Amino acid sequence: METLKDLFHNERFRRTLSWIALFVILIGLIAGTVITTNNVDYIWRWEQIPRYIFFKENIEVTVEEDATVTAVENEGTDTYIEVINFLDEEQYYKVPSNMLSVKVGDEIERGQVLAEGKRWRPGLLLTGLVMTLEISVLSIILGILIGLITGLARLSSSPAPKWLAIGYIELIRGTPLLVQIYIFYFFIGQVFRLSSFMAGVLALSFFAGAYIAEIIRAGIQSIHKGQMEAARSLGMNYPQAMQYIILPQAFKRILPPLAGQFISLIKDSSLVGVIALVELTRAGREIGTSTFNYFEVFFTVAALYLILTFSLSMIVQYLERRFAASD
Amino acid sequence: MINVSGVCKTFYSRHKVEALVDVSLQVEKGEVVVICGPSGSGKSTLLRCLNHLETIDRGEIVIDTIQLTDARTNINKVRAEVGMVFQSFNLFAHLTVQENVSIAQIKVRKRSRSDSHKITMQLLEKVGIPEKAKSYPSQLSGGQQQRVAIARALAMQPKIMLFDEPTSALDPEMIGEVLDVMKTLAREGMTMCCVSHEMGFAREVADRIIFMDEGRIVEIGTPDQLFNEPKEERTKAFLAQIL
Repeated sequence: METLKDLFHNERFRRTLSWIALFVILIGLIAGTVITTNNVDYIWRWEQIPRYIFFKENIEVTVEEDATVTAVENEGTDTYIEVINFLDEEQYYKVPSNMLSVKVGDEIERGQVLAEGKRWRPGLLLTGLVMTLEISVLSIILGILIGLITGLARLSSSPAPKWLAIGYIELIRGTPLLVQIYIFYFFIGQVFRLSSFMAGVLALSFFAGAYIAEIIRAGIQSIHKGQMEAARSLGMNYPQAMQYIILPQAFKRILPPLAGQFISLIKDSSLVGVIALVELTRAGREIGTSTFNYFEVFFTVAALYLILTFSLSMIVQYLERRFAASD
Repeated sequence: MINVSGVCKTFYSRHKVEALVDVSLQVEKGEVVVICGPSGSGKSTLLRCLNHLETIDRGEIVIDTIQLTDARTNINKVRAEVGMVFQSFNLFAHLTVQENVSIAQIKVRKRSRSDSHKITMQLLEKVGIPEKAKSYPSQLSGGQQQRVAIARALAMQPKIMLFDEPTSALDPEMIGEVLDVMKTLAREGMTMCCVSHEMGFAREVADRIIFMDEGRIVEIGTPDQLFNEPKEERTKAFLAQIL
């Protein structure tokens, strides 16, 4: 017969207990959130959120004067309408083709509708998400390039590249990203006439580049030096040995920390909102200030970031599995 | 083929270590030379100097009429003519056996893929493991890895082969298969320098044996001379320990 003590030493029983505990904690968290928000007297309006992702835009194109339609010409999804008013002056209107409601020869009065209809438009949250994605992808690509060059320079035996790399890495790692973004926007952006988009991307790239450089350096150093010797003993020069032998092996090893760095970069991109780039976080703040639905908006913003970072994690895990073939 | 004269090499790590002291040595074409001696005697350093994996402080090394110490020498060209086999195999872990053998042919010798594939398969046949062509190094035994390493070096069609303790990292039952490949090479007339403690192998194929101690060449002789009537006390003491 099982006593209570025996039961507690049973592996299956302990696992079940652990699951129950997890469930209770989650329920508690949700209940806690509901109760506390009830206390602050907040009205949840989740139905407001979808329109900031996609919304239906009303389109109505009207004429400004009495006129006659003289030509209707299709060009892709748009249609150009040519009208002539009573002074024989030509005017052109551009409307979506599927909403056209006049034909050649129609006489129309001032204020009459040329085209009307509804179409789906991306909302502020979606354009913000796309902006975040663009900034992140560009910064990751540039960051890898900068990191690779700096990482290799850091390992160089000649002093100039080595100390330049060390100086750059220490400079970037020792100052706040927010300050770097301001410097790139106000100083470098002014000097080189960069758009705020370029300034933001460059600030993030140089920031990520410094960290990626250290990851790449550690990866290269972790490869046994016999690999380099074997490659060189076969007559490969240093760049060939790096390209074909060392870097492929190092890359496989640094994939997990590199993925962490990319995820950080996506999250850090929320800071470029300060230089007038309407990325996801800034979009959330703008919606918040006009609707006061801060709770729903920022929960949604967080969820959208999570979608980006989680997809990236999945991609990297897939890559890791593929590269594991030679282990 | 190989002409080493007055070579000195000192390492400065925690202590000053004189790895090579005024070493001079000639190896003729087709000759098989085995270098032996206690650990730390400089035999591996000497071998590594021969393809410039170590730079030398003083002296001169000439490989096949090319001055290794001359700054104008394209060291990669020389290395392509000198194959090297390492104690720890150093196969490229991310490449299959076949890619290991063919990569330098393609990237350094600029051979076409089909040519290099043909040569690769011939060499894998020669070292006895053509069936492992698609395997990764981690899937092979130590002996198999070392044979692939030999095939990889041979793929460059080198004029000289250097072996740095090729069997020291192997389990005893795998030493034979590697030595067999080396013996075949020796019989085919390859110029070889081997750092090795395999005295049976040395006796069988070596033209000369070099005994080194404390960075100096103590004694050079044919296997018969060295094993049966060594002149130097240190040689006698060393042989007494290992035979």
